[in-house]
Amino acid sequence: MGSSIASKETYEKKILDRFSDKLVDSITNLIDKVKPGWSERNKSKIDEWKLMFYAFNRSPPGIIGAILIISFILIGLFGPYVAPYSYREFLYIEYPDTYLVPPGSTVTITNKRGDIVKVFNFPLGTDKYGRDLLSLILYGARVSLIVSLIVILLGVPVGILLGLVAGYFGGKVDEVIMRITDIFLAFPALILAIAFASVLPERIRPIIIQSGILKQVFSVFFAADVRDAANFAPILSVILAIILVWWPPYTRIIRGSVLSAKENLYVEAAKALGVSTWKILFKHILPNIISPVLVLITLDIGSVILMEASLSFLGLGAQDPMVDWGKIVYDGAQYFPDRWWLVIFPGLATFLAVLGWNLIGDTLRDVLDPRTRRSIEFKVKRGKAEEK
Amino acid sequence: MPEPLVRVENLKKYFPIKGIFFTRAHVKAVDGVSFEIYRGETLGLVGESGCGKSTTGRLLIRLLEPTAGHVYFEGKNIFKLKGEELKRFRRKAQIILQDPYSSLNPRMTIFEIINEALEVHNIKVPDKEEFIVDWLRRVGLERHHLYRYPHEFSGGQRQRIAIVRSLIIKPEFVVLDEPTSALDVSVQAQILDMLKEFQRELNLTYLFISHDLGVVKYMSDRIAVMYLGKIVELAPADELFEKPLHPYTQMLLSSIPIPDPEYALKKPKVKVIGEPPSPINPPPGCRFHPRCPRKLDICDKKEPPLIEVERDHYVACWLYAKK
Amino acid sequence: MIKGMKTLGLKRKILEVKDLHVHFYTYAGVVKAISGVSFEIYEGETFCLVGETGCGKSVTSRAITKLIESPGKIVKGQVLFYRDGSPIDLLKLSDEELRRIRGREIAYIFQDPTAALDPLYSVGYQIAETMVAHNTATWKEAFRRAVDILKSVLIPDPEKRVKNYPHELSGGMKQRVVIGISLSNKPKLLIADEPTTAVDVTIQAQILDLLRKLRQEEKMTLLLITHNMGVVAEMCDRVAVMYAGKIVEIGTVHQIFKNPQHPYTKGLLKAVPNPLIKIEKLESIPGTVPNLIFPPSGCRFHPRCPRKLDICDKKEPPLIEVEEGHKVACWLYVK
Repeated sequence: MGSSIASKETYEKKILDRFSDKLVDSITNLIDKVKPGWSERNKSKIDEWKLMFYAFNRSPPGIIGAILIISFILIGLFGPYVAPYSYREFLYIEYPDTYLVPPGSTVTITNKRGDIVKVFNFPLGTDKYGRDLLSLILYGARVSLIVSLIVILLGVPVGILLGLVAGYFGGKVDEVIMRITDIFLAFPALILAIAFASVLPERIRPIIIQSGILKQVFSVFFAADVRDAANFAPILSVILAIILVWWPPYTRIIRGSVLSAKENLYVEAAKALGVSTWKILFKHILPNIISPVLVLITLDIGSVILMEASLSFLGLGAQDPMVDWGKIVYDGAQYFPDRWWLVIFPGLATFLAVLGWNLIGDTLRDVLDPRTRRSIEFKVKRGKAEEK
Repeated sequence: MPEPLVRVENLKKYFPIKGIFFTRAHVKAVDGVSFEIYRGETLGLVGESGCGKSTTGRLLIRLLEPTAGHVYFEGKNIFKLKGEELKRFRRKAQIILQDPYSSLNPRMTIFEIINEALEVHNIKVPDKEEFIVDWLRRVGLERHHLYRYPHEFSGGQRQRIAIVRSLIIKPEFVVLDEPTSALDVSVQAQILDMLKEFQRELNLTYLFISHDLGVVKYMSDRIAVMYLGKIVELAPADELFEKPLHPYTQMLLSSIPIPDPEYALKKPKVKVIGEPPSPINPPPGCRFHPRCPRKLDICDKKEPPLIEVERDHYVACWLYAKK
Repeated sequence: MIKGMKTLGLKRKILEVKDLHVHFYTYAGVVKAISGVSFEIYEGETFCLVGETGCGKSVTSRAITKLIESPGKIVKGQVLFYRDGSPIDLLKLSDEELRRIRGREIAYIFQDPTAALDPLYSVGYQIAETMVAHNTATWKEAFRRAVDILKSVLIPDPEKRVKNYPHELSGGMKQRVVIGISLSNKPKLLIADEPTTAVDVTIQAQILDLLRKLRQEEKMTLLLITHNMGVVAEMCDRVAVMYAGKIVEIGTVHQIFKNPQHPYTKGLLKAVPNPLIKIEKLESIPGTVPNLIFPPSGCRFHPRCPRKLDICDKKEPPLIEVEEGHKVACWLYVK
């Protein structure tokens, strides 16, 4: 019965670990096909990846978070295509019975003779236009996903680049960049967004409407009808407003990390070898300071979703008939609490998505910490030794 | 006299201390040093922390830009080099740093770390992996170490990897900045002997920086003693230990604990007075005068020049200068 | 008279460490930091523990008054402290009782003086605090005595310096203040753990001088932990050489330096470049210090030993006396 004691000390591979092992192995096999001998040369790195997964697999919050965000991403990607109704199906116009139907109801439409013409199922109820709330939430997920991705993909690299430059070169460059950063940090996102909302959409709208490609691209992005092209403008202005206030914290964090990372002797050794400045920045400094940024990014995606929802809630984001989660809550708020589903369900969706990213972020912090990983490594090794 | 490989002329490096708006003061880390290093020799540079020895080492391979002064490498002023010429200089002049725990990028494998040196300088070899393994074997490491990360190695092993990184591009001049001060004595001896071996084999010229006088004596042909940004004495290694002239050198030598209990009882004692002043505001005249047991009237007024008192033995002290 | 010999005649023990074992329970496994360390220290002598990083010298010094933090644990052993001739086992005392002994009868000086001083209080306050904490003086008296203490550790201008905060002092000065604090209650035993590793040679010389002077004036016993063989030679009466958590050789300073027996001691002495001797080639000890989670079997030095016997990797050598006061743990000397 020594195994029960041993299991505390050693790490037994569970189903999840076998799965993650397979995942890593198949990825490395794939790379190996493109670059023969790669896995041989990167054995330590592959082991590290596996260990990261083991560490991740042992964290229940991480697994819950992973389930939540994988669902969020899948819903965001495919939701609009599997939604039972389009967000533009205003059933109320034709069938007044679909007005603000509670969750789980079935609306049966009969003609004058009493024959059943149509049967509508509304698992989460409908809004004032008779639109299916489930479908609206599925469409809204896409907007939330795209907005957070665009903000992160555009805002974070800018922040990182400025931080690297400011921290590494120092002096006047640093001074200028950091003062600009301070100015943007001092800007309240909300006011900026409101200001933008009043000016920008008018400027962006004609550009989008006139450009066929932009129209197409954004309608695919937002899974929206091309006819709503005019409504893309306010969403884009919200994105722009969020990006503008989003990069400064990254600049600050990166700059601080660079200041200490550039003191590392390997940076000096690289300089002495004649390695170019950009290579030093991206090969020697960035990889060593990126972990906290990755954690921040995951935590931030949640915040962006929340921010976007709140701006929409204030009426600044999506405009009728387009929806995002904030907009659904905004529209439903006037009927609260009688027609609670209009607020509760989109609110819950927002809550779960944000929670998912936060849980992932927290777990990532542990997983990226080499110490937690090392402790698991030793336990895995001991487990292997015992098997023999 | 042969042409020196490195000639240093009145080199100065001041680091600004920033106030809120303006530079408040300067740390005079290196304040006018001149010396020469000849091909194939090891020049030792000793002094206590903050004396400017590491800064001097970094200036010599242009890791820092000087406040004033020149460094000539093979007759060319290194601070005027640009582009390809600078790259060629970087290949010829290398540095091995103090702390092997921080001098290797933790995110790169040993292969990547060493390969970077080859790539930067476009060194083409038929089989890179074999070439690097060959070098690793020379410092006592094996093929299976090639794709490991630095954290999997001990301090001594890491320092060997750092040595390979610097020497694989076949430099001519290497600055050794306290290469063994982070290591234990038993490992230190291995590294020192390895460095001596490489010097013979590759005909290297060393600038050996250390605070450990025993180690410096073991490694160097000539030794320069630095105090508060200045060279106070420069002499052949044996002579410096047998006949130290500058009162600071004498104080320094008598401070070294000698691993011999019998000698410890009878060793001459020079009492250590005070502590080194701040390099922000060094004392006027000879910088050592506030701690000097043999201070003259002139010492706090005029700075003593570095003069040759005996053959190859230079000292900057009014006791030996003709005023 | 050979230094160190005088202590052989003087036989009043002040501290006796018996079969001490300290383990650290880390995620990687149990680190057997010290295993079976025994030695005694006599009144009035300077005893040195010398060895390389990770040999367990610092752990030993801390274990004496149970200053071992989690995940470390003292698993076995006795530390007998002789108070007026009668021994008490320090490891059996309660934390409160130990606290009263620590700082008063046994004082410590650590490597890093900056960490030992609180940046928020003046040095005078910090010296006085120790006296008040151990009820050896009132605040008023303690402040007055703080000036004397600063004077005794040779700090210039003690009246002014007493009001200084730690950041206003240099590294050497801070270490003097720390020494002053540890001496404020006139301890019987002063444990100095690498007291000069963080300072320059000239300052080291000053601090060693100071310790030597204070030891004579206060009739204190000194346990010095260092990795520097030069410091050992200059300061100590008796020396214990540690390797991988064990004492491999113990003797007077003269015996250790002039007649080293253990291959590790010999190697260590030959690896240090003595600036007074012309050395053509340093002798290094091959290999590296072993991992103490899985220490080598038998004699822990056998994988690096140039004179390894068949028995060395099988059985642990006992610490046996080869001459008066000189013990070695090596199979070469076991008959």
